[in-house]
Amino acid sequence: MYKILRKQCLNPTVTRMDVEAPLIAKKAEPGQFIILRVDADGERIPLTIADYDREAGWVSIIFQIVGATTEKLNHLEEGDFIHDFVGPLGKPTETDGLKKVAVVGGGVGCAIAYPVAKKMHEKGINVTSIVGFRNKDLVILEDEFKACSDKFVMMTDDGSYGTKGLVTNALEDLILGGEKYDEVIAIGPVIMMKFVCKTTEKYGVKTIISMNPIMVDGTGMCGGCRLTVGGETKFACVDGPDFDGHLVDFDEAMARGSMYKPFERKRHEETCNLFKKEVK
Amino acid sequence: MPNMSLKRNEMPTQNPSERSKNFKEVALGYTEEQAIDEAKRCLNCKNQPCRQGCPVKINIPAFIKEVSEGRFEEAYKIISESSSLPAVCGRVCPQENQCEKFCVRGIKGESVGIGRLERFVADWHNANSTEKPVRPASNGHKVAVIGSGPSGLTCAGDLAKMGYEVTVFEALHLAGGVLVYGIPEFRLPKAIVQKEIDTLKDLGVNVETNMVIGKVLSIDELMNEYGFESVFIGSGAGLPKFMNIPGENLNGVYSANEFLTRTNLMKAYKPDSNTPIKENKEVVVVGGGNVAMDAARCAKRLGANVTVVYRRTQKELPARHEEVEHAMEEGIVFKFLTNPVEILGGAEPPQKGWVTGIKCQQMQLSEPDASGRARPIPVEGADFTVDCDCVIMALGTSPNPLIKSTTAGLDTNKHGCVVADEDGLTSREGVFAGGDAVTGAATVILAMGAGKTAAAAIDRYIKSKN
Repeated sequence: MYKILRKQCLNPTVTRMDVEAPLIAKKAEPGQFIILRVDADGERIPLTIADYDREAGWVSIIFQIVGATTEKLNHLEEGDFIHDFVGPLGKPTETDGLKKVAVVGGGVGCAIAYPVAKKMHEKGINVTSIVGFRNKDLVILEDEFKACSDKFVMMTDDGSYGTKGLVTNALEDLILGGEKYDEVIAIGPVIMMKFVCKTTEKYGVKTIISMNPIMVDGTGMCGGCRLTVGGETKFACVDGPDFDGHLVDFDEAMARGSMYKPFERKRHEETCNLFKKEVK
Repeated sequence: MPNMSLKRNEMPTQNPSERSKNFKEVALGYTEEQAIDEAKRCLNCKNQPCRQGCPVKINIPAFIKEVSEGRFEEAYKIISESSSLPAVCGRVCPQENQCEKFCVRGIKGESVGIGRLERFVADWHNANSTEKPVRPASNGHKVAVIGSGPSGLTCAGDLAKMGYEVTVFEALHLAGGVLVYGIPEFRLPKAIVQKEIDTLKDLGVNVETNMVIGKVLSIDELMNEYGFESVFIGSGAGLPKFMNIPGENLNGVYSANEFLTRTNLMKAYKPDSNTPIKENKEVVVVGGGNVAMDAARCAKRLGANVTVVYRRTQKELPARHEEVEHAMEEGIVFKFLTNPVEILGGAEPPQKGWVTGIKCQQMQLSEPDASGRARPIPVEGADFTVDCDCVIMALGTSPNPLIKSTTAGLDTNKHGCVVADEDGLTSREGVFAGGDAVTGAATVILAMGAGKTAAAAIDRYIKSKN
C-alpha cells in the first residue's frame, strides 16, 4: 500500500498527488511511468512520473479525470492509500548531446512534458516550452514551466489566455523565425503529436514523442501496448514510451486507443452514479 | 487386498454444455471413498518406477499407502517433504508423461491416478487441517528469489525449510506467476494458489509484490546493498511472440498472454470487473499448445464460437491430450494443417481498424525438420479465409530481456534464455536460475524441479562460503 502524502487540484479535472514510494523515487527519471491499481478490484493504469524527490522518497503523478479509475483515484485524499504502485517503468527520455530543444505539451500531457523540460534545463540545454490548452481554466504548471524554460509560449484554443491557436502554429512560427532546434519533444493527445510531427517533418527537425497506448502489465509480457514504428512492432512499455515521431503509425495507434471506448464510458457512468449515491 | 481393476476411478467433472458457460473448476476431484479405492490399486512396488518420472521425486508409494488406509494428513506430510505446491501439481502436471507413465499398472490397463490422488490429499489438507507448518529457526543467511512462479515458489519453500531468510520479488500485484495470470480458474482455482502461497508465508517466506527487478532494484544492488548472499532468477518466459504477418496490430488481435492476463489475473470475465475485454462472436486462436487451449476455452466461456488453427495435425498438437479432449467436448472447432498469412481488417467504419477475418494457407506435412517433427509446407493455391472478430496469438513466449540487460556478466543464449549448469548456477557467482527463464516456455513441474535443484545448490554454495 502506498500513502498519498499530498493532493492538489491543478484545475477542475486535473489532480496532482505525491505518493510515498522511496524505491521508485530513488530510480525515477523523466520519461518513465508507473502503473497503479486504486483498490483490490481495480484495473492497472499507467501514469507518468511528473516529479520526484529522491531524499524525501516520493514521486508525483498528475492525472486527468477521464473515466472510472481516475474518478475513483480522485476520491482518495491525503493520508489514504493506493493499493498497488509499481515502477519506474519504460525507458527514460534521452538528453545526451542536445543543446537546444523545443518541448511541446498539450493539455494534461504537460504533466509529462514538464519533468523532461526540467531535466533538460538542469543539464544546461536551451529549452523553449510551448504549452497548449483548450482554455484558460485548464492551464496547469505554468510557473513550473517558466522556471525551467529559456523561452515560454502559452497557447489556448479559444484565445482566453496567452496566444490564440494551436501549439503547432507557435512551433511553426518559431522555426520559420529562424530558431534551430536539435530536437522537438512533443507530449499530449495522439492527434496533437501527429500534427506536431507533420509540422516538423517539413523542416527536417527530429521529433520525439511519448506514446500513451493501452497497457496492462507495463513490463513487456502482453503486447497490449504495441505499435508500429518504422514498420516494426514495438512494445511502448519497454521499448518506449518515447519514439521517433516521424516513424510512428499514428492512425493505427489512435484506432487501438479507442478499443474499449464503449466499455469505458459505461463504467465511468456507473462509477459516477455510485459516488452520487454515497453523497446522499 | 489391492484393487485389481484395470481401469482407474473416474473423476467427476462438470458436464461440457454447462461448464463451457462458467469459470468454475471443470474437474471436481475424488471423494474420500473414491480416493481410498483408487489408492488400493497401487501395488507398492519395491523399485518404485513412478518416482523416476516425478521431477521433484515425491515418495509416491508411501503417500498412496497412507491414502489407502484413510490417513490423509499423513499422506500430505509425505508429499510436503518434496513438493511445495501439491494442490497445483496434482491439477496441472502432465502426469501421463511423468509419474503415471512409469506406473506398473499401466502396462496392462490404466496406471494409478497419482495426480488425482495428490490433488485429493492436498485439497483434503487445505479443507480439513488446521496444522500450520512449523517455521524453522533462521540460519541467518538471506536469499533473494526473483519471480513468484512455480520455480521461484519451490526454491523459496525449500530454502525456507532449511532455515534461510527468503524474500521473493514479484513484478505483478499478485504472486503466483503463470499460476495466477496464465492458467484459468476453471483448471486451477486461484483460491488454491493463494492457499499454497499462504503456506509458504507461514514458513517464513517474505513476498514483495510490485517489484520489477531490473527496474526498481538490480541484482547487483540486492547482493551488494541489501545483503542477499545468493539470488535465484525464476522470472519465467513471459515475452509473447507474434507472427509478424500483416494486420497483427488491428483491434481485436491479442497475444494469449494479454487475453489470459485480462481474463484470469484481472478477472475481466466477471461482469463487474474494472478491466475490460472485448466481447466477441467468432474467435480464432492460433497455436496448438496448452496456452492455446486455455485461451480458446476462456474465449468460449466469454460467449464466443471458437476455432483453433494449427499448422500441423492433431497428432502433433503439443497441448496435453486431456486439455484437447476437454476443449473438443466444449465445442471448440479445430482446423488442422492451417497456417495464417494475414489478418484482415474492415475497409469502412465501424469495422475499419478492426479484425474481420484471417487468411490462411492449407498446409501438408513433408520431411521431418531439425526438431524431428514433420515440417508443414503450403499447398499451392489452397488459401482460404475464416471470418472472425478476434484473433488470439498463442505461438509461445521467450524470456523477458529486462534482467539480462541490467545484470552485467549474466550470460544468455541466442533465444534470450539464461545460461545455467545442471545445478542452476549462472555465469555470475552466487546467482542461480531455473524454470522457463533457463529453458524457455516449458511446464510447471519442470520449473518446480529446477527450483528444487537450485535450492539445494544455493544451500551448498552458502555453506561452502561460510
